[in-house]
Amino acid sequence: MAVTGILLVLFLIAHMLGNLKIFTGAMSFNHYAEWLREIGAPLLPSAGFLWIQRVGLLVAVLLHIGAATVLALRARAARPVRYAHRKKVRGSYAARTMRWGGVIILLFVIYHILDLTTGTLNPIGDPARPYANVVADFAPARWYVTLFYTLAVVALGFHLRHGVFSALRSLGQQTPRGEQRARAVALVFAVALCAGYLLVPFAVLTGLVS
Amino acid sequence: MNLTLRIWRQSGPEDKGRMVTYQVDDVSPDMSFLEMLDVLNERLILDGDEPIAFDHDCREGICGMCGLMINGDAHGPQRGTTACQLHMRQFSDGDTIDIEPWRARAFPVIKDLVVNRNAFDKIIAAGGYITAPTGSAPEAHSVPVAKANADAAFESAACIGCGACVAACPNGSGMLFTAAKVTQLSLMPQGQPERYTRVIGMVDAHDEAGFGGCTNAGECTVVCPKGIPLTSIGRLNRDYLAATSKRGDTPGT
Repeated sequence: MAVTGILLVLFLIAHMLGNLKIFTGAMSFNHYAEWLREIGAPLLPSAGFLWIQRVGLLVAVLLHIGAATVLALRARAARPVRYAHRKKVRGSYAARTMRWGGVIILLFVIYHILDLTTGTLNPIGDPARPYANVVADFAPARWYVTLFYTLAVVALGFHLRHGVFSALRSLGQQTPRGEQRARAVALVFAVALCAGYLLVPFAVLTGLVS
Repeated sequence: MNLTLRIWRQSGPEDKGRMVTYQVDDVSPDMSFLEMLDVLNERLILDGDEPIAFDHDCREGICGMCGLMINGDAHGPQRGTTACQLHMRQFSDGDTIDIEPWRARAFPVIKDLVVNRNAFDKIIAAGGYITAPTGSAPEAHSVPVAKANADAAFESAACIGCGACVAACPNGSGMLFTAAKVTQLSLMPQGQPERYTRVIGMVDAHDEAGFGGCTNAGECTVVCPKGIPLTSIGRLNRDYLAATSKRGDTPGT
């Protein structure tokens, strides 16, 4: 859980920084997208690095889901008779929603790839014009896309809020002061990542990026 | 105080079990929770009914025998308190109180509110010990122990093995118990020889007993009557990581 989660988090950071290049203009953003395909050239073929990354991420996601499924099945088996009176988990809302939050994020990732990678569900869907794809995607008339995107990013924020702390704990964080620090890092990181990802659609929605 | 109790009744391991409602009147706020159950049981016996079976021993909060899920709280609403040390002043007149046994596959119900916690003994047997020569106790000052380690080990050693951590865990995991029993020894010089075989053995025994996996949700430490901190699980994880990278059969690793 922890190791695959950290790999996915590293990708999330890189992806967010890439997204924010949209504020530097269409030329710069499209050039960045073009550059992603050329990383490693001439050693790697065109989009070679991207495919290595995609395979790596896919393996990490599958292992992450696999481990989560094992934990969920074990939890179910560990309590065959339910409590008649059960209080909500007090640890945190984030800890309570890890599993369903993860499912929402998975559904979103599938949609997101169909939308902005393959372009199948995008109104423009031209791989050569990523800037135009993004602007068309979050146009005010397509408010429901922005809404779904926002919900998924917020779910991701909660997932990271508990996930980052939990990963640090799994890898051996063991002091009380360290626990406070780990929780603080998880919260700040989750909020920063949420803000970074939400900046782009709301900039398009308000006309800041067009 | 007049109370309505909804109590889990189950005549034996094979019985399906159900919640049964009882009315208890004239409960003193100074009674302990178990005394209140004693009063109800006396009445049931006089009426010729089967009394409610529940575990208890010292009634001083140090033996770890009692354990009831009270209104969805392991050991009831007061933090850092076992069910025997919980007083009825924590409740108000006219309350309805739901009382259930610990729920876990590894803790099968024997009768009513009594569960079999033998799974904990199996975890202990898998490594919760040290190798020490028997005979007279050695001079305590002959082995120096850092104050911080002694304090942290003592914090873990306060575990009474009541099982509230399992009862409260959304995953039905017994990792807080296992971590307490692993770390109380791994922090001490006497616990070093078996340090890494201990953590592997005890975690394996924990998983084999049918407990769920830990997801660091933190429920266990909230209900723990002895306040075992969640950080002890981090300490167990660190020992486990170190243990998996060592080979016991190669000298110097």
